[in-house]
Amino acid sequence: MSAYVVRRVLSMLLLLLLLSLVVFILFSILPTDPARLTCGKACTPEIIEANRHRLGLDLPVMQQYWEFLKGLFVGRTYAANSPDPINCSAPCLGYSFRRREEVLILIKDGLPTTIWLALGAFVFWMVAGISLGVYAAIRRGTWRDKTVMSVSLVGYSLPSFFIGLLAIFFIIIKWNLLPYPSWVPPQENPIGFLQTMILPWIILAILYAAFYMRLTRNQMLEVLGEDYIRTARAKGLPERTVIGKHALRAGLTPIVTAAGLDLAGLLGGAIIIESLFSLPGIGSLAISSVNDSDLPVIVGITLVTATFIIVANLIVDLLYAAIDPRVRLG
Amino acid sequence: MSDSTRAFLDVRDLTVSFPTEGGLVHAVEGVSFSIERGETLAIVGESGSGKSVSAQAIMGLINRKAGHISGEVWLNGQNIVAMSDDDVRKLRGSEMAMIFQDPMSSLHPFYKIGAQLSEAVRVHQKVSKADAKAQAIDMLGRVGIPDPKSRADTYPHQLSGGMRQRVMIAMALINSPSLLIADEPTTALDVTVQAQILELIASLQSEFDTAVVLITHDLGIVADVADDVAVMYGGRLVERANVDDIFYRAQMPYTLGLLSSVPRLDQVTSDRLDPIPGNPPSPINLPPGCVFQPRCSYSHLVGGTTCEMQRPELLQINADHFVRCHLDEAERVRISTEVTHVFHGGQA
Ligand SMILES: Nc1ncnc2c1ncn2[C@@H]1O[C@H](COP(=O)(O)OP(=O)(O)OP(=O)(O)O)[C@@H](O)[C@H]1O
Ligand code: SF4
Ligand SMILES: [Mg+2]
Repeated sequence: MSAYVVRRVLSMLLLLLLLSLVVFILFSILPTDPARLTCGKACTPEIIEANRHRLGLDLPVMQQYWEFLKGLFVGRTYAANSPDPINCSAPCLGYSFRRREEVLILIKDGLPTTIWLALGAFVFWMVAGISLGVYAAIRRGTWRDKTVMSVSLVGYSLPSFFIGLLAIFFIIIKWNLLPYPSWVPPQENPIGFLQTMILPWIILAILYAAFYMRLTRNQMLEVLGEDYIRTARAKGLPERTVIGKHALRAGLTPIVTAAGLDLAGLLGGAIIIESLFSLPGIGSLAISSVNDSDLPVIVGITLVTATFIIVANLIVDLLYAAIDPRVRLG
Repeated sequence: MSDSTRAFLDVRDLTVSFPTEGGLVHAVEGVSFSIERGETLAIVGESGSGKSVSAQAIMGLINRKAGHISGEVWLNGQNIVAMSDDDVRKLRGSEMAMIFQDPMSSLHPFYKIGAQLSEAVRVHQKVSKADAKAQAIDMLGRVGIPDPKSRADTYPHQLSGGMRQRVMIAMALINSPSLLIADEPTTALDVTVQAQILELIASLQSEFDTAVVLITHDLGIVADVADDVAVMYGGRLVERANVDDIFYRAQMPYTLGLLSSVPRLDQVTSDRLDPIPGNPPSPINLPPGCVFQPRCSYSHLVGGTTCEMQRPELLQINADHFVRCHLDEAERVRISTEVTHVFHGGQA
C-alpha cells in the first residue's frame, strides 16, 4: 500500500512537471506581449524593448521555462542589473508586472474566499444530491421520483449567471432579504460572512446537486439490483439498513470520484459566481487577469488549479482503496 | 392461530404477477405444496418456470409494489402473504432463510464475512457485538471453513466460490431457521464442490431439523437428496409426488420429457436439463388451455381442442401424487411406463 502511494506521488509530480511545460509553451505562443504590460500609456517601443530584455522575456521559450522552474525552487530576481530589481522569493510562481505583485501572493489572497465558497457549496450539494438521489431511487417510477428528477433537470440546465442574477434581483434588491454581498472572512464577521455566502453556496449547490442527484439515483438503482442486496434483505435487515448501509456503501465509489474532482475544480475558482457576488477569490482573479492579459497570473492560476485536480485524483484513488477492499487487497 | 393439522410449510394457490410495460407477467399461478420439518422438497423446471419467484414470494422478498401476490403461504401456522412487511422481515433470517445461486455476487464485497454474519445475528438476537462475533466464528467452523477465526476477518473476494457458498450457508443458518430455501445453490460451483455443499446442507438439515426447499435444474441432485418433487412449467405446478413416484411413475408429459432428456438414471449427469423441443410459453401471453400444449406430443391423445382451450386442474391420483393433465388415467399410465421404462434402462 505505501509503495503504491509513493509510486502515485512520484507519477503525480512527473505529471505536474509535464503539465507546467505544456502550459508554459501554450501561453508563450499566445499573441499577448507581457513586455507591453510593463509600462503605462506613455510607452515607446524602445522602452518596451528595453524592459523585454531586462525581464528576460526575449530569451527562448525553453530557457524562460527553465528560469520559471528554477524560480519555483530557489526564487528569482527580475531585472537583476537594473536600479530597482524585483525579488520573487521561492516558491516563485511568477510576477505580475501589471499588479506589481508576486503571483503566489495574489493567489494566496484569493484562495480563502474560494475555499470557503467551494466547501460550503460542496456540503450543500452533497447532502441534497445524495439524499434526493436515494429518495428518487427507492421511489423509482412514482410521481415523486419523476418530480425530483424533473426539478433536477431544470437545475442542471439553468446557467448559473441566470439563477445568480435572479437571486440578486429578487432576494437582495427587490425583497431586501439579504444585504448586498461584500466579502468578509468568517473570523472577522461570521454573520456578514454567512449573509454574503449563503446565496453563492446555494446557487453553486443547485448546479452540482442536480448532477449528484442523478448520479446517486442511477448508482442506487444499479446497486439495488445486486445479489448482495437481496441477501441483505433475506437476512431480515430493515429496509433502512439495506439502503443506508449496504446499498449506499456499494454505490459510493463513483460519487466519491466525481465529488473529489468537482471540489478540486471549484478550488480553482468559480468565475461566474465569484464575479456576480463580488467575491475576491481565484475566479475573480482569473477573470480580471484575462481582461488585463496578465499572463503570469493566468499561468499561475492554471498551474495551481491543475495541481488541485491532480492531487484530488490521488486522494480519490486512495479513498477508493479505503472503500473497496478489492482495490486495497488486490 | 396455529393449526395443528397444517403442514409446517403449506403453500396454497400461490400466484404472483408483475405488471410491466409489455403487459402482466404471470410468473407463478396457483402453486400449492407442503413440506414438514426435516424434509426436502425439490422444485424443478425450465428456466423461467417461476421457481425463483415462488421462493422469493415465500420469503416475502417480492416487493409488493412491483408484484401482486395472492394465495397463502403458511409457515408454522402463520400466513406470510397476509402479514405486514415488517413482520415478515422479522421472520426472514430467523425462521426462514435463503441461499442463492451465485455465491460470488451474493455476499457484500465491502464487508468482512465475520461482520456480515454477526450482522445477521444482531438483527434477530439481542446480543453484544462480541457474542455475535463468537457465534459467527462458531458457525463458520460448523460449515467446514478452516481456521474460522482468521477467516472471519477476510473479505468475500479472498475466498473461493465453494467457501463463499459455505459462508452463505453459515449466514442462512446462523439463527437456526426452521425453513431453508436453496435456489440452485450449487449451479455456479465445480462438480466436486457441489457434492460437498449438498452434503453440508443435508448434515445441517438433520442437525437443525430444517425443512429444505431445493430449487435445481439437476435431476441427479433431485434423485440424491429430495423426499418430494414439485415440477413447474410456465409458472404452474404440473406434477408433484414423492421422489420415487417422479422417477418411476411420473405421468405428466412435461415431467416425462424432462426425464427422457437425461440418458439413463445411472448416468445422470450434472449438466443442465436438455431442453424439450420448442420454447417455454411467454409469461405474458400464456396459452388459454394447457400451458404445455404447444410442445406436448401427447395432446392428440386427448382429442378435440381440450388441451388448447381448457386449463387442466391439478388432479390428485393418490395420497401425495398430483398431476395437471387432460389425459385420462389409462393413457397417462401407458405413456409413463413407456418413458420411464426406457429411462431406467429397460431398452438400450
Ligand atoms: N420483478 C419481475 N418483474 C417482471 N417479471 C419478472 C420479475 N421477476 C421474475 N419475472 C419473470 O417471472 C418468470 C419466472 O421467473 P423465475 O425467476 O421464477 O424463473 P426460474 O424458474 O427461477 O428460472 P431460472 O431457472 O432461470 O432461475 C420469468 O418469466 C421472469 O422473467
Ligand atoms: S393437458 Fe394435453 S397438452 Fe397438456 S400435458 Fe396433458 S396432454 Fe399435453
Ligand atoms: Mg431462478
